[in-house]
Amino acid sequence: MSTRKIQPRIGRRRFLRGTLGGAAVAVGLPFLNLFLNANGNAVAATGAPLPRRFGTWFFGCGMNPQRWNPTTVGSDWELTPELLPIENVRDRMNILSGFSVLMNGEANQVHRTGVFGTLCGGAPKKATEVEGPSLDVLISDEIGTKTRFRSLEMAATGNSRHSNSLRDVSSVNPAEPSPLALYTRVFGSGFADPNAAEFTPDPRLLLRKSALSIVKEDRLRLERELGYSDRARLEQYFTSLRQLEHQLELQLQKPPPLQACSVPEPPNQGPIDTEIEHVMSNHALMAQTLALALACDQTRVFNMLFSDRASSLRMPGSADTHHTLTHEEPRDPVLGYQPQATYFVLKSMEAWAHFVETLDAIPEGDGTLLDNCLVMAHSETSEANTHSVVGLPFMIAGKAGGRMRTGLHISGIGESTSRVGLTMQQLMGLNIGRWGTDQNETDRTITEILA
Amino acid sequence: MFKNLQLCILALFTVLIGCDAGDLTSQGGPVAMKRLTPEQYKNAVEDLFGATIDVSGRFEPDSRRSGLNAIGTSLVAVTPSGFEQYEAMARSVAAQVTSPEHRHDLLPCLPKSATAPDDACTETIVRSFGQQLLRRPLGDDEIRVRVEAASLAAVIHSDFYIGLELALSSLLVAPDFLFRIEVAEPAPLPGRPSRLRLSDLSLAVRLSYFLWNRGPDEALLAAAVHGKLKSQESLAREVDRLLTSEHLAGGVRAFFEDLFLFDEFNDLGKDVTRYPLYNNRMAADAREQTLRFVVNHLVTQRADYRELFTSRQLPITRSLGPLYGVPVYSAEGWEDMVLPANHPRAGLLSQASFAMLHSHPGRSSPTLRGVFLREALLCQVVPEAPADVDFSLFVQDADSIHKTARDRLEVHANEASCRTCHTLTDPIGLGLEVFDGIGKYRTHENGALIDTRSHLDGRSFADPVELGQAFAESPLIGPCLVENLYRYAVGREHTNGERALLRYLETRFTETGYRLPDLMREIALSEGFRTASPPKEVAFEADAKEEET
Repeated sequence: MSTRKIQPRIGRRRFLRGTLGGAAVAVGLPFLNLFLNANGNAVAATGAPLPRRFGTWFFGCGMNPQRWNPTTVGSDWELTPELLPIENVRDRMNILSGFSVLMNGEANQVHRTGVFGTLCGGAPKKATEVEGPSLDVLISDEIGTKTRFRSLEMAATGNSRHSNSLRDVSSVNPAEPSPLALYTRVFGSGFADPNAAEFTPDPRLLLRKSALSIVKEDRLRLERELGYSDRARLEQYFTSLRQLEHQLELQLQKPPPLQACSVPEPPNQGPIDTEIEHVMSNHALMAQTLALALACDQTRVFNMLFSDRASSLRMPGSADTHHTLTHEEPRDPVLGYQPQATYFVLKSMEAWAHFVETLDAIPEGDGTLLDNCLVMAHSETSEANTHSVVGLPFMIAGKAGGRMRTGLHISGIGESTSRVGLTMQQLMGLNIGRWGTDQNETDRTITEILA
Repeated sequence: MFKNLQLCILALFTVLIGCDAGDLTSQGGPVAMKRLTPEQYKNAVEDLFGATIDVSGRFEPDSRRSGLNAIGTSLVAVTPSGFEQYEAMARSVAAQVTSPEHRHDLLPCLPKSATAPDDACTETIVRSFGQQLLRRPLGDDEIRVRVEAASLAAVIHSDFYIGLELALSSLLVAPDFLFRIEVAEPAPLPGRPSRLRLSDLSLAVRLSYFLWNRGPDEALLAAAVHGKLKSQESLAREVDRLLTSEHLAGGVRAFFEDLFLFDEFNDLGKDVTRYPLYNNRMAADAREQTLRFVVNHLVTQRADYRELFTSRQLPITRSLGPLYGVPVYSAEGWEDMVLPANHPRAGLLSQASFAMLHSHPGRSSPTLRGVFLREALLCQVVPEAPADVDFSLFVQDADSIHKTARDRLEVHANEASCRTCHTLTDPIGLGLEVFDGIGKYRTHENGALIDTRSHLDGRSFADPVELGQAFAESPLIGPCLVENLYRYAVGREHTNGERALLRYLETRFTETGYRLPDLMREIALSEGFRTASPPKEVAFEADAKEEET
């Protein structure tokens, strides 16, 4: 538990003078050369361990269980037709099959129950509402408060509504809808290169902080007028405000140098829409920018959406989307599956492999950026044709800073997806022994993947 | 049961004595905290600083509830990413307003020296801009803290305007600018000691957002501050003033943008191989076309709402010409056209905006179109598709055997698990199948003739023009518009206690010849518009409970 320093009450006038008058603060710190310690896993200059990160990677409309699920468990699992695209990175991740959102007597809300059941630890109860917070928000509350961004959301489909990350029903974190939008948010104004020799904080930062502190004065007065749920919404506003204050504070200090960090060029993006090749290329650009955002420690939590729930991916010239194909395309009598819909499953796996390779390509410490990440790839259905939430596909990549073993296939037939969520939280260092609601509540870690 | 009886008596009573809506008692609904929509934010900046100030930035998506973003505004908060954007926009607006280019025109006073603080001038500006932005007079403390901060910043930076910029930014990120926070106050009546009404200021704000989609002007704020909204007569004077303002068009436009789901145009994409005609300009013009058509018909001409479904008037641009198959003479801008009597289109339902929005990227969809029209214009609920449909029914070589949408959908109609919903949606949509996925007229699909003969609730029609006629004559469209407009006006679901009021409003809408501005006036002056209950304790639980009773 953290301790709280008791500070003397500071009058408003004095506070403003303190923030505004501090323009000379933290300027011109000497550039610190970067050394690794003897174990190669920490920054010697500051003694701080390398950050650990958590992310989700979402693809819509699942897979064909009989072609995706490996039939053997353990480390020598046999590649299946739909996992073929990840062959080169199979040792960087674990495949989890068979885990399901247990329905607990609720109706299956198509294209929602699977994803929010997984992320929020229970089958959603109301037709249009989801109770948060999602897994990534729980984790960002623990590890995301020290960086410039609490988390980064992005959608390769170009739609900022395509996000599964939410604190509660009133706060769905919107996605960055293009590679350029993501780049600008992270590496645009407000970014300080941790490895730059010079550091000059923008004198306007103090003015910005001051404007925010004025607003905070009104909080108690406003809260008095509000009911419970509106107070919670106002509280969310102030949480967001404090996050920006925190960003501004960080920008006043010279960031510690980071070996893995380099500043990318702005992405040269093409068309932004749901056509598959455009999504593939925008996803790749976003992955690259995100990887460097992580390496530069701008955030430690992310949610990358490759395709949306009820995937709107499509082929140029086709009347159908991936989603409509899963419902309307006949099963090929010889092949036994829907070939056009399945094309998008393979593309999703290809994109996921590329994502993992992108994180793995950045050296960090004595390994790679990926080693210090934990990324959970998941979908809202197994077989999309029937909206099945039984046996959802999971691929968990990275080593979580040495805490996770990889290269395994774990079968969890009949077990709740909450076991996955619980394990993710524990791997990220959350002090939690039990998670989920009703039938989906569990205290059973997936111990097989713990290092 | 008892409550229902009361309602019946109340409704009967109302009809018998012919009282106006102001006398109709209502238990009202909860006051709320509503986040400004992107349009409302832009309007606020424009009202205060004029159109030359650029508001560019990304807004968090709105959240639609019960078919309306106006209701979702009571649900959404501000995420960290959303707040970053608000702060960036605030700085950008403040910097523009205090820039050498604009300061002389926009600021109510100029400092004695540009390089030193001028507290009196700052105070004047903060008081005046603050009242406009926060939609209420500011308290002394709120002004003082901003003047002090501005003064200090001006000293440190030797620049008056840097200090002022700070003060303005702090107004533009304030929660009571970004949210409209409604306040209820006791207004006891004999027999109803716990009755609550909106405060005068909250009423003024609700009125102006309903009628204008923007904040109250100085006159309306002054009327609220001086208690002029308490009596029905002076309230009616203010409402009538608002109704004759040029801003009414913007208010009506905002309502229909919301009702028609037009924010979805922001994310609309089409397959350009299948629809080579399609481009963003065309989509933007299709959206604008419908809004112009609606506003012109309902506000400018004060015409009958039902005629929206049959009118052959059509504002059009050259980019839309190919869709409609008509020559457009003006190279730029809008042209008013009257479609000839033998043209296959008439009225709202056959406009390209609807066809485009309620289609897949690569094909039209009678089902999507039917769902939209049922829900938005007839106020009927179409249930969600069952999760575990047996899709093996659809083993078919799609387009080569089942050439038209009608053939493809036939399968649904013959299967019990599909039929219930698809018989609600598809018959309407089939009537519009001559409009493809971007709204271009066609007679064939995959080489087969398209048959638009179908029926709406027992009434048969042959083509889109007759479908429009059937809508115009449907007994549901009037009451549905009343219900939607009322829910939009108060920004929440209507409560059981307001059913009598809705029936009354329906009657008045009919009696006044389906004129929208008259209906808006009735709503604005109604008791339900002002009556309030305490804020909800748990978000959106109350509705569910209410329905059960």
